[in-house]
Amino acid sequence: MVTQPIQDPNRDPVSYSIQLAKINKHFGAVKANVDVDLNVVKGEIHAIVGENGAGKSTLMSILYGFYEADSGSIHVDGKVVSITDSKRAIELGIGMVHQHFMLVDNFTVLENIVLGAEGSWSLTHSLAKARKKLQEISDRYGLNVDLDAVVSHLPVGLQQRVEILKALYRDAKILILDEPTGVLTPQEVDQLFAILKTLKSQGVSVLLITHKLQEVIAISDQVSVMRAGTMVATVNTAETSREALAELMVGRKVLLRVDKQEANPGAALLKVDSLTWRDDTNVPRLDDVSFTVNAGEIVGVAGVSGNGQTELLGLLSGMLDVQQGQINIEGVCIDAQHQMTPKQIRHLGVGHVAEDRHRDGMVGAFSAEETAIMGFQDEPEFNGSILQNRSAITEHCQELMSTFDVRPVDPNLKSASFSGGNQQKLCIAREMNATPKVLLVGQPTRGVDIGAIEFIHQQIVALRDQGSAVLVVSVELEEILSLCDRVLVMSEGRIVGNVLASETDARSLGLMMSSSRSGDQMAQQGGQS
Amino acid sequence: MSRRAKLPAWADIGLIPLINVLLAFLSAGVVVALIGESPLEAVQVLIRGAFGYDEGVGYTLYYTTNFIFTGLAVAVAFHAGLFNIGGEGQAYIGGLGVGLICLALDHLLPWWALLPLAIIAGSLFGAAWAFIPGYLQAYRGSHVVITTIMFNFIASALMVYLLVNVLIQPGSMSPETRAIAPESTLPLMHEFFAFFGIKITQTPLNLSLFVALLACLFVWVLIWKTRWGYAIRMIGFNESAAVYSGINPKRMVVIAMMISGSLAGLVAINEVMGAQERVGLDFVSGAGFTGIAVALMGRNHPLGIIIASLLFGALFQGGAELAFEFSTITRDLVVVIQGLVILFCGALAYMMRGPLERLFALVSRSSQEER
Repeated sequence: MVTQPIQDPNRDPVSYSIQLAKINKHFGAVKANVDVDLNVVKGEIHAIVGENGAGKSTLMSILYGFYEADSGSIHVDGKVVSITDSKRAIELGIGMVHQHFMLVDNFTVLENIVLGAEGSWSLTHSLAKARKKLQEISDRYGLNVDLDAVVSHLPVGLQQRVEILKALYRDAKILILDEPTGVLTPQEVDQLFAILKTLKSQGVSVLLITHKLQEVIAISDQVSVMRAGTMVATVNTAETSREALAELMVGRKVLLRVDKQEANPGAALLKVDSLTWRDDTNVPRLDDVSFTVNAGEIVGVAGVSGNGQTELLGLLSGMLDVQQGQINIEGVCIDAQHQMTPKQIRHLGVGHVAEDRHRDGMVGAFSAEETAIMGFQDEPEFNGSILQNRSAITEHCQELMSTFDVRPVDPNLKSASFSGGNQQKLCIAREMNATPKVLLVGQPTRGVDIGAIEFIHQQIVALRDQGSAVLVVSVELEEILSLCDRVLVMSEGRIVGNVLASETDARSLGLMMSSSRSGDQMAQQGGQS
Repeated sequence: MSRRAKLPAWADIGLIPLINVLLAFLSAGVVVALIGESPLEAVQVLIRGAFGYDEGVGYTLYYTTNFIFTGLAVAVAFHAGLFNIGGEGQAYIGGLGVGLICLALDHLLPWWALLPLAIIAGSLFGAAWAFIPGYLQAYRGSHVVITTIMFNFIASALMVYLLVNVLIQPGSMSPETRAIAPESTLPLMHEFFAFFGIKITQTPLNLSLFVALLACLFVWVLIWKTRWGYAIRMIGFNESAAVYSGINPKRMVVIAMMISGSLAGLVAINEVMGAQERVGLDFVSGAGFTGIAVALMGRNHPLGIIIASLLFGALFQGGAELAFEFSTITRDLVVVIQGLVILFCGALAYMMRGPLERLFALVSRSSQEER
């Protein structure tokens, strides 16, 4: 691997829009950033990659004024600056688009953009002024959004555009995008990248924080790799590859494809028949969903998050009550008249790895051993007549930790103190340990390091090969394609596609995902930009 | 620059409460000085009044007993994520249970046979009174803070009605029941000590102190050693995770509230069966509310609750002494001082945390540099 020298002595320093030198930041004993250097050339798209906890977010928070560095210097446009808060960052022309949008849902696009930068006591006046300025901006960058549309009515891709407009309205010359593609379909990603290229051509520097290496290769000019708080390399994108970047991130060779045999499907273990579920406002979140999952098969559910996957997992695991339609688990029928609790469903041999472990799958304040018996807390092996059998619980946790390589091996450590990957491994270990006949897995590798992803995928495949039926819900198309044998595509609560993974690709899945979306507006506007 | 260090456990559990208490006393001292008395003298009187002689100690521990029960009640609910403000009412209604069983059986059973029955009755009545707000919270979405406060008033009105119209001793003018037969009341501590040949002054302190300590052990085992405690803590930390784990949060909310109410109900063992030997008007006299401060200060842990109860017990007893000794320091001013302690130890409990963390960071850095 050729690592390009970070500082090019022949280059005039002013041509860098951002220079970070020797940035250090500690949180207690944790060194989040150690002597980090970063140089972003004006008008380039600079990607920053790294595993969770590598220090990317901390670095960006320092740049955007959320944290102050313990030591080190920041140059913006060649001048030393001190960024004490985000207001100062905005003054310096730094804009940030957060992973979770910071928009007021029931405000219009215009109101959202002006919010906090009204600049006048009369709202009517400032709105009129803003409208004019925004017209110029959208003409210049090709960013078309209906300024009078209410944000909550816009598809996610357009909401993201509003965030970008918000930054440009505040005269951002440096745009930080934190995991911008997490919620987008492949088509929306293309549109976003087209926008980023226009921004670049207009001299805006773009900092792209991401963990999706194929996107880094597709769009960036330079890429910096962080590992364990340090900057390990900055390379020209043209001179590197996904494999090389992955190796830099993890520090060892990584298998990006899942190594597995052809599936050998057996009898149907999980059958879902015309399942419909409405939320409190009577909106159908699941609409006439039917499918089967067979023994020895991994079925993936692809889709942009929020299209009914959460409700599907909720119903299958018993966390939600069935309203209409039925679920059949190895011959046992669950419907509106025959509800089952999560505990009863677990007893049928269904394991459930929650899609959001912080919300459902673990309790951060619990010790690891307490998290390790969640769902199994009433099993006789963990209980005496009155007291819990603590030694059995500790032993159980120790066993899970050693078989699933959870580190550190400390059953008494608070669950929240483990890294995301280790938390997820513990949650998966807990569910797999009972060798479930049906395993429901939501977002198997959300917030998990590359090294751990490989291991988790292997374990899921191993369970399949033992004859279990596995249903995987993931928003990562790549993961769906490489891990699953068959793919169901969900959009607006309906199954809109059912294809073999070997016979499809991300592009056609993406088309299916957006086929019935209210994002028609998006498609039209995308054509213009 | 905001450098902070994680506090060691002893500083977190020991030092911060100590600093908070000292701050409370400091500001109370300012108040005392403002009305023209010597703060130092006042502190002396307060401490001597609480711990200086065996009668004072007796009263201190008698108050402590009440606060342990109500503190535990608040703590159990708190572990389930519920704020039970209704300890006052639950204790009052618990008194009805204890009173009824004692009055029904006092001529038949000696105290040691009656005690378990009284504990059951007090718990059941307290639990029943907490059941309603618990049920409303779980199944109807009425916030437990609001309903428990309301139930304090309802309990008070109900007890006044019962004492005035139903339970009053015939021919008596004061709204209280007849006295429980002496052989059926809980022995006072001086009688207990006399049994071993030790002579101490008579105070309302009685054997219910031991019941309180047993209740602490019970709560500790329940919360940290059983699967019910596991479920209670889980709904307190993360209700959604509890649903995922197959726990019914609604049921657990009701159960946690009932356990909480039953602990509050045990105040009546101390007051009705022990100290007053009858059900009187407003015998709880604020212990339910003090329990909130006690639980806050004791970090919802039985051991912490014992220590915090002792502090508040001393404040009540020493405060009474203070009002007695100084003509200028009235009963109301003593309440002010108690309020300051609650303010600093409860509401402002984390105020000193930030500065202390910075101090520790500074100390640890300079010691590193020396090396």
